[in-house]
Amino acid sequence: MEQPYLAKLRFLLFLLFGLATSLGSAWAQAGGGTVTGRVTDTKNEGIPGVTVVIEGTTLGSSTDIEGNYNISNVPAGPHTVVISFVGYTTVRQPVTVAAGKTITVATQQLAENATALGEAVVVGYGTQRKQDVTGALTTVTSKEFVQGQITNPEQLVQGKVAGVQISTGGGAPGAATTIRIRGGSSLNASNDPLIVIDGVPVDNSNASGVSNPLSLINPNDIETFTVLKDASATAIYGSRASNGVILITTKRGVIGEQLTVNVSQNTSVARRYNAVPVLSADDFRAAVQRVDPTKASLLGSANTNWQDQIFRSAWSFDNNVSVAGAVGKLPFRASIGNLEQQGILKTNRLIRNTGSLSLNPVLLDNHLRVNLNVKGSWIDNNFADAGAIGAAAAFDPTQPVTSGSPAYGGYFEYLQSAGGVPQGNVPRNPVALLALRRDRSSVKRSIGNLQLDYKLHFLPDLHANVNVGYDITRADGSNYVDVNAASTYFNTPRFVNPLTANLRGGESRRYSQQRDNKLLELYLNYSKQFGTNSRLELLAGYSYQDFVRVEPAYATYLGTSPDTVTRVLANRNPFRTQYTILSYYGRANLTLFDRYIFTGTLRNDASSRFPYTNRNALFPAASFAWRIKDEAFLKDNKTLSELKLRLGYGITGQQDVAGAAGDYPYIQRYVLNVPSAQYIFGNQPVNPYSPLGFNSNLKWEQTTTYNAGLDIGFLDGRLTASADVYYRKTKDLLAVIPVALGINYTNQLVSNVGTLENKGVELNIAASLIKQEGFDWTVNLNGTYNVNRITSLGPQVENFTGIRNNNGGTVSGGTGTTLFNYQVGNQATSYYVFQQVYGTNGKPLEDVYVDRNGDGIINDNDRYQYKQAAPLVLLGFSSNLNYKHVFASFSLRGNLGNYVYNNINSNYGAYQGIIGSNTFLTNVAQDAQNTNFTQNSQNRFSSDYYIQNASFLRMDNATIGYNVGKVFSSKANLRLTGAVQNVFVITKYTGLDPEIPNGIDNNVYPRPRTYTLGLNLTL
Amino acid sequence: MNRILRKSAALAGFSTAVLAVAPSCTKDLDRTPTYDLTTESVYKDFAGYQAVAAKVYSGFAVTGPNGPAATTGDVLGIDQGASDYIRQLWSAQELTTDEAVVAWNTDPGVQDWHTMNWTSNGTPIQALYSRILYEITLCNGFLAEATDAKIASRGLSASETQQVQAFRSEVRFLRALAYYHALDLFGNVPFPTEADQIGGTTPPRRITRADLFAYLETELKALETTLMAPTKNQYGRADQGAAWMLLARLYLNAKTYTGTARYADCATYAKKVIDSNAYGLASAYTNLFRADNNTRATDATGKPEIIFPIVSDGKLIQSYGGTTFLVHGAVAGTADANWKPSRYGIAEGWGGLRTTRRLYELFPDTAADSRGKFQTGGQTLDIASLTTFAQGYVPIKFRNITSTGVAGSDPVFVDTDYPMFRLADAYLMYAEAALNGGGDQNLAVTYVNLVRRRAFKNTNAGDVTLSTLTGDPYFMLNERSRELFWEGTRRTDLIRFDRFVGNSASAIAYNWPWKGGAINGTTVPAYRALFPIPVSDLSVNPNLVQNPGY
Repeated sequence: MEQPYLAKLRFLLFLLFGLATSLGSAWAQAGGGTVTGRVTDTKNEGIPGVTVVIEGTTLGSSTDIEGNYNISNVPAGPHTVVISFVGYTTVRQPVTVAAGKTITVATQQLAENATALGEAVVVGYGTQRKQDVTGALTTVTSKEFVQGQITNPEQLVQGKVAGVQISTGGGAPGAATTIRIRGGSSLNASNDPLIVIDGVPVDNSNASGVSNPLSLINPNDIETFTVLKDASATAIYGSRASNGVILITTKRGVIGEQLTVNVSQNTSVARRYNAVPVLSADDFRAAVQRVDPTKASLLGSANTNWQDQIFRSAWSFDNNVSVAGAVGKLPFRASIGNLEQQGILKTNRLIRNTGSLSLNPVLLDNHLRVNLNVKGSWIDNNFADAGAIGAAAAFDPTQPVTSGSPAYGGYFEYLQSAGGVPQGNVPRNPVALLALRRDRSSVKRSIGNLQLDYKLHFLPDLHANVNVGYDITRADGSNYVDVNAASTYFNTPRFVNPLTANLRGGESRRYSQQRDNKLLELYLNYSKQFGTNSRLELLAGYSYQDFVRVEPAYATYLGTSPDTVTRVLANRNPFRTQYTILSYYGRANLTLFDRYIFTGTLRNDASSRFPYTNRNALFPAASFAWRIKDEAFLKDNKTLSELKLRLGYGITGQQDVAGAAGDYPYIQRYVLNVPSAQYIFGNQPVNPYSPLGFNSNLKWEQTTTYNAGLDIGFLDGRLTASADVYYRKTKDLLAVIPVALGINYTNQLVSNVGTLENKGVELNIAASLIKQEGFDWTVNLNGTYNVNRITSLGPQVENFTGIRNNNGGTVSGGTGTTLFNYQVGNQATSYYVFQQVYGTNGKPLEDVYVDRNGDGIINDNDRYQYKQAAPLVLLGFSSNLNYKHVFASFSLRGNLGNYVYNNINSNYGAYQGIIGSNTFLTNVAQDAQNTNFTQNSQNRFSSDYYIQNASFLRMDNATIGYNVGKVFSSKANLRLTGAVQNVFVITKYTGLDPEIPNGIDNNVYPRPRTYTLGLNLTL
Repeated sequence: MNRILRKSAALAGFSTAVLAVAPSCTKDLDRTPTYDLTTESVYKDFAGYQAVAAKVYSGFAVTGPNGPAATTGDVLGIDQGASDYIRQLWSAQELTTDEAVVAWNTDPGVQDWHTMNWTSNGTPIQALYSRILYEITLCNGFLAEATDAKIASRGLSASETQQVQAFRSEVRFLRALAYYHALDLFGNVPFPTEADQIGGTTPPRRITRADLFAYLETELKALETTLMAPTKNQYGRADQGAAWMLLARLYLNAKTYTGTARYADCATYAKKVIDSNAYGLASAYTNLFRADNNTRATDATGKPEIIFPIVSDGKLIQSYGGTTFLVHGAVAGTADANWKPSRYGIAEGWGGLRTTRRLYELFPDTAADSRGKFQTGGQTLDIASLTTFAQGYVPIKFRNITSTGVAGSDPVFVDTDYPMFRLADAYLMYAEAALNGGGDQNLAVTYVNLVRRRAFKNTNAGDVTLSTLTGDPYFMLNERSRELFWEGTRRTDLIRFDRFVGNSASAIAYNWPWKGGAINGTTVPAYRALFPIPVSDLSVNPNLVQNPGY
């Protein structure tokens, strides 16, 4: 670990122990009588939010997330503690309180009496009883997480939450994930949700040297995932909440809990189960003979399956140890994890070491609640050149892997003459691309916070909460290409004549990045209980967040011999960027008679990314819930166990334009050109300053959400369902659009323009099909329908067809091909393509397209908006079955209405690979045998023929396990599991995998099928 | 009770601290870049002025501040490599004519140049238009900071002040050059000047072609006196010679632009270039297009022929446009017996650019005329398919090899400078103007023969007489093509001679393979002599009007 956060860690520990020693004496103190205790469910897990009152008084409290409660200033004498919670049987416990003493009431187990609705859920800045929730949110706890080999936290809830689409970018260890909650609300601003881990909003933007920033969190440490979906739930996070909020809480120790040691070990093997459909060596030979026999002389004599050559079976080992419990009054949990995961692409590997510590003592006579969380991780990545995947699909299968000559690392390459220099513009040996490159990174990240929640002595209903947090990343990486590699053969130093030099090739680059993000949150929380079933809670707070990213400059070195490198390229420019968000927020929750619940929030955000005049924005939200079930007319209904109506409205904001315009989009900036973009006056090179485009009128994008939801439960909660309908309208979209030329240093500028709407329905059904002693079976089904539409893009003249883009991807093959188009009235991810004409035999005719505007010529004006990359329907289904010692579960996930551009077929699906060159051959996709296309053309790359229905149903996971029970002389409990991930995919899509978040299928790292054997030992 | 008081005091202190911290943080919202500079910090000294002037110049040579491989450049909405100024200008002037065809069918809109069915939404049209207006904006940004008052306020020394003033004149020239391209290609365009606020919301006004002509005439004449004398500036920077050349070309095409011919003015300015005696015809035609044409494209006495180059350098000025595009485009994509990329000083060709039969046939004897060099081996003369590189002869003109046969400094990025203006063009412009009554016709013969003698290996084998010049109304058009093919003037020349588009007898009489998308050429409506204003700009600038026909 590096110095800065070791120091920080030491400081925090010092602070904590200092507090503990100096205040230790204050634990047993006087001042009225105090009643404390804990409430658990039948599984001994704490129930938060339980109402605890001293009968006959107005004194009361509700339990915290661990189920602990604390009522002070109770008059001396005998009392009855009444513990009640919706869905559970009420418990009455007599106690005798003595002045100045703390009475600890024996832990009370509440039995469920009707429904399981009573859980507390994490909401922004606190927890709420589920029954009091007015917004649209879904919580998934560790019990419901996806099992098996889970590398990244978000995989734990893949397919579990209605309205949430989680798509991994491919099968690489730690691959980036796209998370979309209720579709994207922005065009060019970020569509990623805000992720808050233990109260620290983390930096979810792409870091150097790591493909997925969340992969730095150990999924084993996570206790719950809460997804806040509508504005009434997210508005308290105002500025960054437009795309939803994911709250992650990690596991903790609990006072009074026995020391528990948990050891888990997972061993996995991952295998590729399908291949990109290209021709085999023999089929390819036949195709060459058929299509262009003159090229037969270029065929080799080998039979190489290049895809088999670059992939392997990959092993992974995941070991975790955690210790949780309490030392005296200091509850703690500590964990360490070690993951070594191979990728199925050769040379690809990820090693992750993680450690976490959480301490949450309660001090000062239970008035000061301390939460200290420190998480650290260290990832070592060995990246593999993913270009090898596309190269393996295209490389001539009749050529051998090795050449028999030592040149170019011993690998076969296309040369200008035998024993000569490599050809340019030819495919490179895919195996050599992997073997002759070393691309490594080492990334360290620590996230931590110290949260102090102080309940005022003279006004216990008022809490003051301070949360100080940090999120620090140090990334360091290097990229080294062997001097023998043909791919870098023409990299030569400036002073060497490139065509006569005998020293050449290779490359060595280094990069590093530092991220220092700080958080300060201060809030006051006042809650007042009126009687036993009415409550008022007020929250007012302040938040300060600061994000700094620094990337030093490094030189690039080019090789001159296998052992030495020569510095040849000057430093690129160092980089540092920073932004700050400052917010004030308030929330009021009013619960009347446990039936009518009102929530109002207001947040004011200011972002340094906007000019002074537009910096502040106010985000209001209001919601209402009516627990109809508790009305007199339904109270005694035995069939219906829950009925709740929720209505919400709110506005959230978006300021994350960093991807499109950086952190200073409104400031006129000049950047120093890189050394290869200079100009020369006379003999004197001058490095230019380039002015950049800027928008001095930039302001917040705002999304207004309307949400209506109904929660319903039957038969004591055996069957529950929630349905939500929503409408979201985003205005002042942050979009990169054409600007009037001549008055800015660009032709396209990030601007506030137009509107976009998302409409959708979500349904979640949970059923307990069997519920008996030792035998239960629950299933969960969720479904989402979401459709978005661009409703305005600012002023447009006739013939303006829209704003072309590639939805964040790149098309292989056609230079500058764009497939998508923002157009009013269409979906944001709608394709913009030519309409293919088919022959009478049903096969597409080469380069024949429908003249849609009927002007007699085929040009750009004949393109049309066709289908979309974003799914219209998301489906999730999971099942959990326990029978005595055996448990079994599976989860299924489906997308409907998502279309994928099959770039493998468009790029290789013509005999261009055979007829296109006189010196080499490239393999062709099997689709070419169907179409008999011969040529690559821009129009063909844009044909709707390649837009395929990629609706799918995937079994993400199937797990079977056995609870061995007590082992080691009853000292430990052992559990064994076997899991398969990516069990099957049902789809009509003809490519490798239909799940392509940006809709352009090329070079995708195949998602393997993974078999995991796990054991879990609890001491 | 005491405890409670103490705690309360502590809380009060805490709250006060919070309230004190909170407002002091609001100044943290004024974040400014650490390494990037602002207008004030850039223009604080001479080096800053020079660096922005270099940016203005490099706007013709590189595509963005982050190098050729970055995902985005200065102009968005097109592949960065294809967004290069010269590459787009060249494509508009050459691919639309008989001088050049391109095989690529995978770049958006590129084939539209040949088929002449470009649209106001087309990618290359938008990129060309945007690049020109972007360049004009760069110039305006510099000029707004280079007023005498602003220079004076920056505390520069007297010599630095003089140098900034020199840059100011050059930037005005570069703006005039970009405006000339806008005038020639698009006609009626937005007209921002240094008075328009950059970053503001008021779109610039529109100027008509005739008014823009008048503006350029005035502006360039004003610059005649403030620019440095011919060849007295640093190599690569504009001087009076460049301004005269641009004026001559403006006047040469005055009839196209305004309806009124100005041949006498054209002759005057062409003659100024010639009579300055600062330039000389390079001793070998091929030296003009080689990697060392910055030093070796000179006559026997060392006088340069290139009047104004766009500088290229394999390591320091990299782009996938300019001469890198011209060299690679005209070399087959894979090496074989006919194509050795090393002969061109590059690692690999891109297999794109060839020419039509029309250009090849202008050279009845390619052995005698050293300008008529074509790669014919492995190529067919006729083009059955535009997208097959092996169809169509390939002119051998730009190469990344020095005059002594040494490869350029980089096998990908070419060292050869692009000759925007050169002396031979001045001779030919004078001759054409004279033949149109603007000057001395006998001098015209002399000038044409000067150019031709160099082509015919310093012999008089190719000499012509006045009757040759006056007898063939298209001799000058053809001679310009022989001398200046692939140098970005062909479309303008064809329009001037009424052989480009339209239904006139003269236009119909002249066709070339694939004109208008037909293999043997076809008539194309006259309105396509001007390109359309892209709808992307029409949408956001209500002052603009679409050109007729689109």
